[in-house]
Formats: sequence, C-alpha cells, structure tokens
Amino acid sequence: MDVTLTADDIAFRDEVRAFFRDEFPDDIREKQDRGIPLEREDMVRFQQLLHTKGWAGVNWPVEYGGTGWNIVQKYIFSSEMAMANAPDIVPFGLGMVGPVIYTFGNEEQKQRFLPDILASNVWWCQGYSEPGSGSDLASLKTKADRDGDEWVINGTKTWTTLGQYADWIFCLVRTSSDVARRQEGISFILVDMQSPGVTVNPIITIEGGHEVNEIHFENVRVPANNLVGEEGKGWTYGKVLLEHERTGTAGVHRSAFRLNKLREQAAKSVRGGEPLANDRNFMRKVAAVEVELKALEFTELRTLAAVSSGKAPGAESSILKFKGTEIQQAIDTLFMEAAGYYALPFVPHQFRFDYPEDEFIGEGSETTTALKYFNFRKASIYGGSNEIQRNIVAKHVLGL
Amino acid sequence: MDFSLNDIQSMLLDSVQKFINNDYDFDKRQSYSDSEQGFSSEVWTTFAELGWTAIPFDEEDGGIGGGPVDLMIVMEQFGRGMIVEPYLANIVLAGGVLRRVATTEQKSRWLEPLIGGELQAALAFVEPQGRYDIANVATSASKEGDDWVINGSKSVVFNGGNAGLLIVPARTSGEQSNTDGITLFAVETGADGVNIQSYKTVDGHQAADISFDGVKLPDTNRLGNVDGGFAVLDAVIDDATLAVCAEAVGIMRILTEKTVEYSKNRVQFGVPIGSFQALQHRMVDMFTACEQTYSLLVWASMTASAGGDDAKRAVSSIKYQVGTAGRKVGEEAVQLHGGMGVTWELDVAHYFKRLTAIGQILGNADLHLDRLAAG
Ligand SMILES: Cc1cc2nc3c(=O)[nH]c(=O)nc-3n(C[C@H](O)[C@H](O)[C@H](O)COP(=O)(O)OP(=O)(O)OC[C@H]3O[C@@H](n4cnc5c(N)ncnc54)[C@H](O)[C@@H]3O)c2cc1C
Repeated sequence: MDVTLTADDIAFRDEVRAFFRDEFPDDIREKQDRGIPLEREDMVRFQQLLHTKGWAGVNWPVEYGGTGWNIVQKYIFSSEMAMANAPDIVPFGLGMVGPVIYTFGNEEQKQRFLPDILASNVWWCQGYSEPGSGSDLASLKTKADRDGDEWVINGTKTWTTLGQYADWIFCLVRTSSDVARRQEGISFILVDMQSPGVTVNPIITIEGGHEVNEIHFENVRVPANNLVGEEGKGWTYGKVLLEHERTGTAGVHRSAFRLNKLREQAAKSVRGGEPLANDRNFMRKVAAVEVELKALEFTELRTLAAVSSGKAPGAESSILKFKGTEIQQAIDTLFMEAAGYYALPFVPHQFRFDYPEDEFIGEGSETTTALKYFNFRKASIYGGSNEIQRNIVAKHVLGL
Repeated sequence: MDFSLNDIQSMLLDSVQKFINNDYDFDKRQSYSDSEQGFSSEVWTTFAELGWTAIPFDEEDGGIGGGPVDLMIVMEQFGRGMIVEPYLANIVLAGGVLRRVATTEQKSRWLEPLIGGELQAALAFVEPQGRYDIANVATSASKEGDDWVINGSKSVVFNGGNAGLLIVPARTSGEQSNTDGITLFAVETGADGVNIQSYKTVDGHQAADISFDGVKLPDTNRLGNVDGGFAVLDAVIDDATLAVCAEAVGIMRILTEKTVEYSKNRVQFGVPIGSFQALQHRMVDMFTACEQTYSLLVWASMTASAGGDDAKRAVSSIKYQVGTAGRKVGEEAVQLHGGMGVTWELDVAHYFKRLTAIGQILGNADLHLDRLAAG
C-alpha cells in the first residue's frame, strides 16, 4: 500500500491540469464559476474538446477509442476535472449506452453507433423508468411487438433526463410475456427520437427547472437490428449498466471541490458581516462531512482497484451510490445554511451573462443554494433509490 | 394546566379549517402565489372580514384581544393550507410593533387600516451583514432639525414589495451590534429615497431588498422611544418565531399524513410500498417528530401566554426542533414519494420548500441550540 503518486502519474496529472487550465473554454468556465446554467451546446462543445484530446471514453477500451487509463489515471483525471470546475460528462451516451453496445452489441451496431457516441455527435437519453415501474423496474410495461423486420413500440417512459435534447433513446422494453421470470422478457433497444409516434412532454421539477420528461411511444417502428444483444437479455445488460452508473454517482471529487469552495467562502466576510468560519457549529459540520468524504474516496478507490483486477463492480457499488449522494446532499444543505436569508430569493433569471450587476440579489450563487438543495433531493431517488441500494447490500452482500 | 381550547378558540379553529377546506385548495394557492403581488387581495379582505387580522390586537384598538394560543391555532392551519397571504408580515411582525409602541394617533393612522385589511405592512428586521443577529443594525437615523434622516439597507423583507408601510429599525446611537441605540421608524414606501427591489421567494412567498437613501421623516414617524427599539423588536421576533413554528407543525403533520396515504396507494413489487418495514419505521419517526414538535409548540405557546420566565427558552427549543425534526420530516416526505416528490406538480414539494424556508429564517437550528446551550 502506498498513497504517493509515481513520477509518471505526476507527469500525467500535470498534463491534465495544463489542459484544463489552457484549453477549457473561458465562457464555459465562467458559466460554471458564476452558476449560469449550461446549454446543450456548451456540454457538447466541452465533450467534443475532450474527444479531440482522446479523453472522452474515459472507461472505454482502447480498441473502441477509449483512453485505456489505469485506475490511478482515471482517478487523477476525475479529480483534475472537478478541481477545474469543469462540467460532468453527460452519462447517457459515453457512460451508459456506449459500454452496453461495445460489450453486447453486434459488429454493425458498434460501427454505426460508437464513433458518434465517442465524439458526442449524438445525444442519448435513458428510457428505463415508467409511471408504474420505478423501484420495481422489472414490472415495466412498454411493449415491443415483432412485425416483420421491425419492432413496434407502445408505452410510456418517464423521468427521462434531458430527453428534450436527445437524438436517440435506449430503452428497456418487454418483448415477451411468455417467460418464467418477468425479467427474461425484457430487451434492450435503441430508438431514434425522430421516429413517428414519439412525443416528449416536459416534467417541471421542484426548483422550477426542466430536466426530466415523459416520453410516449405510439406504434413507433424500429428496425429489428436496433435490438442490442440477445432478445430477452435486456435486464442483464441493464443491470451491468446500472452498476456502472452507481460507481459514477459517488461524485467524490466534485464533492471535494465543493467542500473546498465552502471553506473558502466561509472564511470571507459576506456583505461586511462576520465570516462564517468563526462559527464553530458550522465548521464542525463541514469537518464531519469531510471525514465521511475521505472515507468514501478510499472506499471507491478500493472498489475500483478490485474492478481493475478483473472483478465486476458488484453489489458494493451500491454503497458508493447511497453514501455519495448523501454526502452531496449534506454539502448542499451546508451551502444553503451558509446563505442564511439569502437562500430565499427565487431569482434564477439573474444567472445569465448580461444581467445588470446593480440589480443582482445576494452575493455570488447564494440564491441558488436552496434551489440546488431542493433539486438534489433527486439524487437519493434516481439511479435506483437509496432504499433499493440498501436492500441490495442487505441481500447480496450480507446475505440477508 | 389545561390543554383544551376555550369556546372562542374552538370557533376560530373551526372557521379557519372551513375556509381552507372550502375556499383554498392547492391550485388556488399556486395561482395566488404566481400572481404579480404573490397573494390574493380578495382572500386578504376575507381574512379581515372574518376577524383574523384583528386577533392579537387589544379591543380598544379594534382588535379581539387574542394571545399566543390563538395565533398558534391559526398559524398551524395556515401551514396545512399553505397560505401565501402575508399574515406573518402584516399581523405578527408589523402589527406586533404597532400594538406595542404606537401612539393613539399612530394607531389610527396605521394599525386601523392594517386590521381593516386596507394597508399592507412589513418589518424590515434583517440587514445584509447581520445574518440572524437582529441587534446588528447599521442602518442609521440621524437628526436634521426636527426631522430624522434614514440611510442604509435591509434584506429579504417579507412582503416588502407590497407594503405601503415599512417599519425600520435604525441605529440612533451605539456600536453596530449594540442592543441599546436602536430606534424604530415608520416609513411609508412612497417616501423619497426608498428603493425597493422585490422578488418571489423559493417558498412561493414574496420579499424585497430595500435601501434607504437619505429618507426624511418627521418625528411623528418614530415608533416608541429613541434608542429603546431593541426590546420591542426582540419581543416581536419571538412572537413571529412561535408563529412560524406553528405553521411548520401544520406542514409537518400534513406531509406525514400525505406520505402515509401515498405509501398505502403506491404499488411496487406487487404490494403497497407502505408494507415495507424499512419505510414503516421511517413514517413512524415522522409521526413521532410531529408529536414531539407539537408538544414543544403547545408548551411554548402556553408559556408565552402566561408570560413565564421560560418563554425565551421555549421559543428557542421549538425553533431548534422545527429546524431539525422539520427538515427530517420534509426530506423524508419527498424521499418516500420517489420521483413524484421532486416535481413542481405535487403539493408535497411546495410544503417541503416552505418548511425549509421556515428553517432558514428567524434563527436556524444552530443559533437556537447555541442560545439554549448558553443557558
Ligand atoms: C430527477 C430524476 C431523474 C431521473 N432520470 C431518469 C432517467 O434519465 N431515466 C430513467 O429511466 N429513470 C430516471 N429516473 C427515475 C428513477 O430511477 C426513479 O424515480 C426511481 O427508480 C424511483 O422510482 P419511483 O420514482 O417510481 O419511486 P417508487 O419506486 O414509487 O418509490 C417510492 C419510495 O418507496 C421506496 N421503495 C420502493 N420499493 C422499496 C422497497 N422494496 N424497500 C424499501 N423502500 C422501497 C423508494 O425508495 C422510494 O422512497 C429519474 C428520477 C428523477 C427523480
């Protein structure tokens, strides 16, 4: 065991750091720093920049254009990216459907879809959940019926994150109800959002934003070759992907960045008042979250090390998901507490470049803290709720 | 000791419940909240007609002489109904100052129309640098001939954008955080030099940042003694703290009820999610939090009525409890509703936001626990 980085690792870190310092676009950086929401185009531009550097497929194998990095390199990259306050990579293409296609897809599918995923030319969204099937995903009802060379899809998917931007959606659908276990009738299928019969309706979330959607499929015709892997194996593929999704949601580096920010901010006087850092109650809470986070960072590293030595992420990835999101939510809570009364003004419209400075309410992003706290209650619900994660650990790790 | 409501209190409870059940549903609340001023003038007039705007005021001032228990009854129901009308700002905060220190003439000028529902008012007790310290007053009032001149700024003034009357604590002597040396002034918002920037708040209410740039006032706009405003302000803030805690209890209870109900109807894995013990225990904890919080509320309201030595301790206890148990209940209600809990469409999300806002105002849990620890 050794926590020091090798000379190669340090050289790599410096390279990544220099990249974010010199090549990360200033306008996106400014948006991130000022809390101005990113647009679709910003996210795509950032990911395409990573792609030109060969850094988009962080976890992808080299043969499909991935980085081939070892776990230390991935760790360094993720840390540097967070410390530069760069946006997260939108997970649906690069983190989810890409790996399913290169692992389970046929040659034609690989050639057709992977290059555009890697280059962020196509925006993907995830169609798993349905109004009646959330935690109990295997009860999903969206149907795909075979008609000659096509599948005909009918049903409703919901909570589809950033579906309003999407060119394609990957779905779990029921291709057979004539099976012993209901999981066996589920397949993994790719659908062009432009297909006739697809409609997207916004769902507005608690803080007033539009990031999720309900998507209806009415007799949507999809070529037979859009079904990935074997018919009826979609559940297994989806689960593999969910486990990867869970390791991704720990967000330890982003959390570390935000805790640093919180400390920096607390050390300063706001509007001529006493710095919050003088309040021991508050700083003890910050320190307590830092301890939890350090523990999680090493839990994640241990999990990744196991994965790199050939083990699947397994049920332990559930721990990363629920601890990671609980820490993120604790940090959101502290930011909100730090803002005091200035957590209250509901003024999201002032977060844009041309907003007149003398009309700006609050300092920095104070007025976004409650909104972020509200919005991020989602984190313990999505990606398999934290209750479901605990059930998984109880069953598959503890054997209960 | 008597936990029962008297006849008048029972009637009050009954009338508020009736109003909320019959005339104030979630859709109406949202449309009032979305309107320009953020509440319904018609509803406010109804409150005045029903006598609710008169509750804490003396009979000789046109009030009905109610006390903390009466306010508790009303505010708990307002919590359940998620009322956005500015009762706290007008009646508890601004009205609380006026009833304590206004002269007969000042009362007829401001308190009468306030009770009548014709005047909107606000108490500007937060300063940009002050966080939760109400004695931290940098806004100054200086004498110029017979007049006062006010300079400074106030933050997140509830109902500030609608108010015709602002009550403004200003420093007339002493250092920035001294309790001595604060004087209260009545500032009409039409006055020269009053600059109001109003906005909605995350809980669907309305507030404003307000600056005073050489605002000139005659001495007849001074409320109470020169330099003696803190004691008044402090008492009013305690009243207001109790009032929002009662509102919070109403919210906590309805969130718990709604969550239990939802868990009986939402089916996953072929059974209602309420059948999972992992969730049952959490709902039991929510329920228990409501009971415990209500107990503190009753204690604090009765203590405030009796004017006991414990009154301040009681206020800090209930506010601490609301800050901690209230947050827990709000977060759990959202969590147990799954994705639905984080949608704008569902009332649960809006109850949770108001409950959270209550936790952020009038001193958060840390502040009140500190006060209790100091003894
Ligand atoms: C903001 C947001 C973005 C999302 N993005 C996507 C997306 O892009 N694509 C997609 O497919 N889905 C997405 N989801 C959906 C998400 O995966 C589901 O919301 C989640 O699986 C929970 O399902 P549900 O909302 O139906 O809640 P329910 O399953 O109805 O659960 C309600 C409550 O019951 C609990 N519960 C359920 N079963 C059990 C049990 N057995 N034991 C103990 N507790 C239990 C849950 O934990 C929860 O607290 C998103 C959700 C949100 C909120």
